[in-house]
Amino acid sequence: MTLYDIIFYLFALITIGSAMLVVTTKNIVHAAFALLLTFFGVAGIYVLLAADFLAIVQIMVYVGGILVLIIFGVMLTNKITSVEIKTGTLNVLTASIVIGVFMGLVVSIMVWTGWYSMPAPIPATTAYGLGETLISDYALIFELLAMLLLIALVGAASIARREKESL
Amino acid sequence: MNNIPIEYYLILSALMFAVGITGVLIRRNAIVVFMSIELMLNSANLSLVTFSSYLGNSIGQIFVFFVMTVAAAEAAVGLAIIIAIFRNKLNVNIDEINIFKW
Repeated sequence: MTLYDIIFYLFALITIGSAMLVVTTKNIVHAAFALLLTFFGVAGIYVLLAADFLAIVQIMVYVGGILVLIIFGVMLTNKITSVEIKTGTLNVLTASIVIGVFMGLVVSIMVWTGWYSMPAPIPATTAYGLGETLISDYALIFELLAMLLLIALVGAASIARREKESL
Repeated sequence: MNNIPIEYYLILSALMFAVGITGVLIRRNAIVVFMSIELMLNSANLSLVTFSSYLGNSIGQIFVFFVMTVAAAEAAVGLAIIIAIFRNKLNVNIDEINIFKW
């Protein structure tokens, strides 16, 4: 058992444990903070997989952007005065049967498939290659994603805006 | 150096996905359902990065980049919708938002 293995199991434990906490905890704010831990765990596993640039992007986009957005959502959609920040669950039995069948299928496929994998050499950094591919082969998709983000921004502002009384 | 089998990463990703589906199915609050969707997107990203790393091909990481962009757009629009619903109905429990039900 090398140090690499220990780090992998540690990050896997953090990721799965805090993901379970997100789903099971009653308090929504606690769920949001557990999601923070999950994102950090996934970023750590990206580093183990030699995807250093994606690990940084994961922390910047998910922790810095999406999680802050979600916490804003939590704060804006709960009546803080009436302490209605807890929520319940429903359909637990049906859901667990569906999840059990699904997990059995997926895990058996993943275990029994003979994956082709060669021990890839770990590059010094992935940012250079990724950037070059992104602006040469995938330039059109890159630009389309920029358009998508702009449209989503305008759409979100338009949906969340308070309607004028006179209109 | 990296002697962990590829299956371990894939099973970790499948477990994360299952936890995400569980959250979507059993939770009542729309925000928590949202967090579970982010979990599922993250697990898909994880398996993409795994294959990219084990095949020595960086195209998978490009796709992770695209998925992250779409996830950010989805989070912004989805939370805007949730806030608009909250303004009208004063709660975000998905079993009580049934105005489309005939």
